This record gives sequence, C-alpha cells and structure tokens, in this order.
Amino acid sequence: MTHPVLRNLSHAAAGLLFAAGLGLAGMTQPTKVVGFLDVLGDWDPSLAFVMVGGILTHMALYRFIVRRPSPLMADAFRIPTRRDITPRLVVGSAMFGAGWAIAGFCPGPSLVSAGAGAPTGLLFLGAMLGGMALFQLYDRRAPQGTPPAARPGDAASGGTAPAA
Amino acid sequence: MENFTPIASTIGGVLIGLSASLMLLLHGRIAGISGIVGGVLQPHAGERLWRLLFLGGMLAGGVAFGLAAPAVVADELGRTPATVVVAGLLVGFGTRLGSGCTSGHGICGLTRFSPRSLVAVLTFMTTGAVTAYVVNHVILGGAA
Repeated sequence: MTHPVLRNLSHAAAGLLFAAGLGLAGMTQPTKVVGFLDVLGDWDPSLAFVMVGGILTHMALYRFIVRRPSPLMADAFRIPTRRDITPRLVVGSAMFGAGWAIAGFCPGPSLVSAGAGAPTGLLFLGAMLGGMALFQLYDRRAPQGTPPAARPGDAASGGTAPAA
Repeated sequence: MENFTPIASTIGGVLIGLSASLMLLLHGRIAGISGIVGGVLQPHAGERLWRLLFLGGMLAGGVAFGLAAPAVVADELGRTPATVVVAGLLVGFGTRLGSGCTSGHGICGLTRFSPRSLVAVLTFMTTGAVTAYVVNHVILGGAA
C-alpha cells in the first residue's frame, strides 16, 4: 500500500494543479465567464479553449490509464456508468447554467476565489454550500429510488459511487 | 473581444486535464468539483479526508493567486450580494441535482463520451447563454 502521507499529498497536489489551471484559464474571472456565455454580446470565446485543452489532454491520457487493472493508489476505478437521461439531470444542469451566468462562478473557481479572500467568492461559496445542503434535504424527502450514496455510477459524482 | 486569451486558456485547460488524469491514475476517481464538495457534506467512512485535502489544495491555489496575481481572481462584475447568493444557491442545488458541473460533466464526462454528460453540458451551456443574454441585454439594458 502507498504511504498515507504520499497519498494525502497527492490529493492536495491534484487540487492545487486544478486551481492553477482554472486561474490561468480565466475561469476565476466572472467578467470573462459572462463574456463567454453572452454569445450575442461582445463575445469572448477564450473559455472554449479551456474545454478543448482539458478534454484533449484528458482524452490522450484516459485510455492508457483505464487500461491498467487498477489505479496506482487505490483498489479500483470508480468511473460513472449511468447512461439514463433523467429529469433531474436536465433540470439540475439548467439551474446550474443559470446560476453560472448570473454571478460568473462555477464550483471550482468559487473555491479559488474564496481562497484568495475575494468577498464575492466567499459569499458565493457559502451560498453554494447552502444550495447543496438544501439538495440533500430535498433528496431525503423525495429520494429517487435508492439514496444517492448507494446509487451506482452517478455521472461526475466525484467518487461517492462504488465501482460498477 | 479585447480580452481574448486563447493561449493562456488552452494551457489552463491542459493543467485541468492533467489534474483530472492524475486523480484517475492515482485514485481511480473523477475530478468533479461539485461532487467532491457535495461529498464532504454527506460523509461516508474514509471518504472525507481526501476530499478536504483536494479542496484544501484548491483553496491554497487561490491564496497563491491572491498574493501573486490578484488580477486572476478579480471580480469586476459588480453583482449585488443578494444576486450572488441566488446564483450560489442555484449552482449548489443544480449541480447536485444534475450530478455534476463544468469539470465532472464538461471535462471528465465528455472525455468518456458519456451521454448524460453531453446532455448536461448542452443544457447548462444553453441556459447559461440565455441567462447571460437576459441579464446583460434585457435587465441591465444592453451594455454591448
């Protein structure tokens, strides 16, 4: 097994690298985000390049990584396997897009901005955590089949789901 | 379009892709930020520490930008605090209901050709564009 200190450091390093990418990309500047989303205004297409750079890089490495029998520091890959298009997926994504365009923050950049001590970043992060807590209350009252923790392969769940 | 930064944005995207690849190679996990944050709020045994470490790394990155390059984290949008709170609630609730955000669906999901992520990305890009249009040109009266 990997030494715990090394494993812990690797998580923090991945977070730091992610933050560096967001900052360099311009994702942490709300004016740039809104300038990208407002395609009928004075359009700034820069953030499309973030997606292209991120996807091409991850795609180039992805197939070599998942060919391995297991990850280097864990027992198994936990990659979402769901393929069903649900009302939750569409309504949730629609709400997210609207919120993203209103304040110019998506979840990652709000953490970077809050880390820098920016007042709007801190306020947004607090409200976002509140929104997530509200979702958990809603989910407990109106669960979709099984509780979220036991739902296998939920897309992009950040690893709450067990390997399918 | 005076702020067009294709090279910096591409390099930033590459770093994000490398971080996502690192998480997958080392830990077999998807680097979806909303999922990582949401998981902290509903902890399972042994599932909380790595999330806090990853998020701590992100906050540390923010501290570094704040000290070394404050323009990177400058917010010149000028939204009222109440507006920011509404946006944060929408993003928090929406990303959990929709199982992901720009990172989990946008980068990781599209890389795998996940049909759910494709639908999610098309949906949030559309409502994002419509909302940005309404805010900029209808509510604020057309700055462009």
